[in-house]
Amino acid sequence: MSAVAADGVWKYYGDFPALRAIRLSVEQGECLALLGRNGSGKTTLIRILAGLLGAQQGSVSIFGKDPRHSSAREAMGMLGHGIGVYDELSAYENLLLFANLYGVKNPGECAREWLQRTGLDHVASSLVREFSRGMRQRLAVARAFLHRPSLFLLDEPFTALDDRAIALLQGLLLEARERGATIIMSTHQLREAMELATKVALLNRGKLVFEGPRPAEMLQDPTWLYRQYGEG
Amino acid sequence: MTNMGNNILYVMGIVAGLWLARNVHEIFLGLPDEAAQGAIYRILFFHLPSWFTCFTAFLLAGVSSILYLTKKNLVYDTFAVSAVEVGTVFTVVGLTTGSIWARIIWGIWWTWDPRLTWALITCIIYAGYLMLRRAIDDPTARAKNSAVLCIFAFASVVITYKAIDWWRTQHPGAVLSFRTGGGRMDPAMESILYQNFFALLLLTSVLVVLRMRQEAMSREIEGLRRHAHAL
Amino acid sequence: MRFARQTWTVAGKDLRSELRTKESLNASISFAVVILVLFSFAVDPTADQMREMSGGLLWLVFSFAGALILNRSFARELGNDCLDALVASPVSPAALFLGKAFANYVLLLLVELVTLPIFGVLYNTQWARQPAMLAAVMLPATWGMTVIGTIFSALTVNLRMRELMLPVIIYPMMIPVLMAAMRLSTILINGEAIPADDWIWFKLIIGFDIIFTSLSLALVEVVLVG
Repeated sequence: MSAVAADGVWKYYGDFPALRAIRLSVEQGECLALLGRNGSGKTTLIRILAGLLGAQQGSVSIFGKDPRHSSAREAMGMLGHGIGVYDELSAYENLLLFANLYGVKNPGECAREWLQRTGLDHVASSLVREFSRGMRQRLAVARAFLHRPSLFLLDEPFTALDDRAIALLQGLLLEARERGATIIMSTHQLREAMELATKVALLNRGKLVFEGPRPAEMLQDPTWLYRQYGEG
Repeated sequence: MTNMGNNILYVMGIVAGLWLARNVHEIFLGLPDEAAQGAIYRILFFHLPSWFTCFTAFLLAGVSSILYLTKKNLVYDTFAVSAVEVGTVFTVVGLTTGSIWARIIWGIWWTWDPRLTWALITCIIYAGYLMLRRAIDDPTARAKNSAVLCIFAFASVVITYKAIDWWRTQHPGAVLSFRTGGGRMDPAMESILYQNFFALLLLTSVLVVLRMRQEAMSREIEGLRRHAHAL
Repeated sequence: MRFARQTWTVAGKDLRSELRTKESLNASISFAVVILVLFSFAVDPTADQMREMSGGLLWLVFSFAGALILNRSFARELGNDCLDALVASPVSPAALFLGKAFANYVLLLLVELVTLPIFGVLYNTQWARQPAMLAAVMLPATWGMTVIGTIFSALTVNLRMRELMLPVIIYPMMIPVLMAAMRLSTILINGEAIPADDWIWFKLIIGFDIIFTSLSLALVEVVLVG
């Protein structure tokens, strides 16, 4: 059973197809880097996989379940463009909230553990609105990781992160991959992504033009794939 | 749409127009004045069918909205918006004709009689629906959100209608024989009333189909525009 | 069980962040007082007039002031894309809706509770002659307002002109429940017994609550998932 399987997925905005006949499968433990220019449909695809958007045609399954099924959502960790934590709550309250929502055992302990891992334990009871940008990002990472997801859906995770947050995220992702988690990330930061990616997919105007193991060329020359498909 | 479809539509439009003209002739020249109300009662022949028409339109829009949410086919959304727009027009027709009648019989243009109030609320609710549509750019999100609103709108309109039955109303009661069991209205008059209803319904269908084409076309233009931006 | 826990978590989260900043609560209560003051300029009510319109005035104030709270309900999720984080989590959309509705309900009741005595003082009205019955009207009627406001707050959350659209949509929908609440409240504030004919308005409020709560629960998933 694939961790993520999309078959013939079409997504329209009115009459405009944002995704066309996407067929994609990612096996457990793989890390897929989803590439493509802005507007190529990366965010739309990730949102469909996360169950935030419905596709008009085709099917998506997460560990064999519909993405809206609660067990599929329990297995998912999602990091989107926004940080997804509340400004009016403290760091600890935020993590406690999501630990509760995900039904984590010992939510309080789990929240404290993740505050420590992300270096936020000294500000645990401060409101997020007082945080610096870097701290907010680390909290967002903790929020996405605290229920030990077996599938990560990351939409341009490295964009706008400071170097400390990038190092943290990369470390956590490597660790997650080692325990067999599956990762799908859309990204423009090819160098960071290529270190993790075992698989690459390229979207062009809503079509999947390439999907396969990461070409060896891309380690040295990350834009190789773009050039192959004439996107310079 | 095909030529054939166009022709059918034209024929329907012409039939509806002729039928209405014939009904107007019958109403004004064929039927005698009514004993109690005099000439003004004739407005009933437009007033009542307008309400039937708008109610039918809103009901179908509600059904179509449910179908959109289950089938996700934009045709249903197109139908719903067309039906609501035409229905809203007939709501305004109903309010206007009622108001004219009230001026003659009750001596006032408007009174906060519950049924009048209900009609006005209905009009406002569906105007809200049409406004909501204008505030959403993505046609798919627009279809979804307005379908939900349309279902709520219909439920609310029905509840409000029910609620007015409990207020003491000065609005004239039911006259048609299927509600009263007959006797309140002359059969000849009732027949014209139904004929006018069907003629208006035919006209409504033509208007709805025209509006649906326009909606589909504007969606296509929107899609093409997005294509152009994506290039 | 799990559903109840999720609902409680969401409601607790909303209440905690609102009670911490009290932004919409303060705004809502101030607005209620402003309307009460403004109304005194519109009419200079005599005791007799007040008898006739106390319930109407009260519910106008409740619904206007309440809209400020309902408006914020889903808007507060927009800031950091929190709504995505919530919808992507295993919380069922129905629990999410109910949680937010409960939080709004508590806040609306708080506003009403604060407004009532102010109303009593400003308009020299003894509103508490039948407190239990008044509560029996206010509790379900406020729930009706809350449900409509919460679901449409969710529906309009991503709209341009959200703040403008919401009142246009919710007030006409709330009319049946407001109508009933106004009528019953007027009777109760005047210290009269509810006439046999008027019990039907209780049924209306309850029916309204049941119908719109079920519709909202049935449709909230569609509303939240694009």
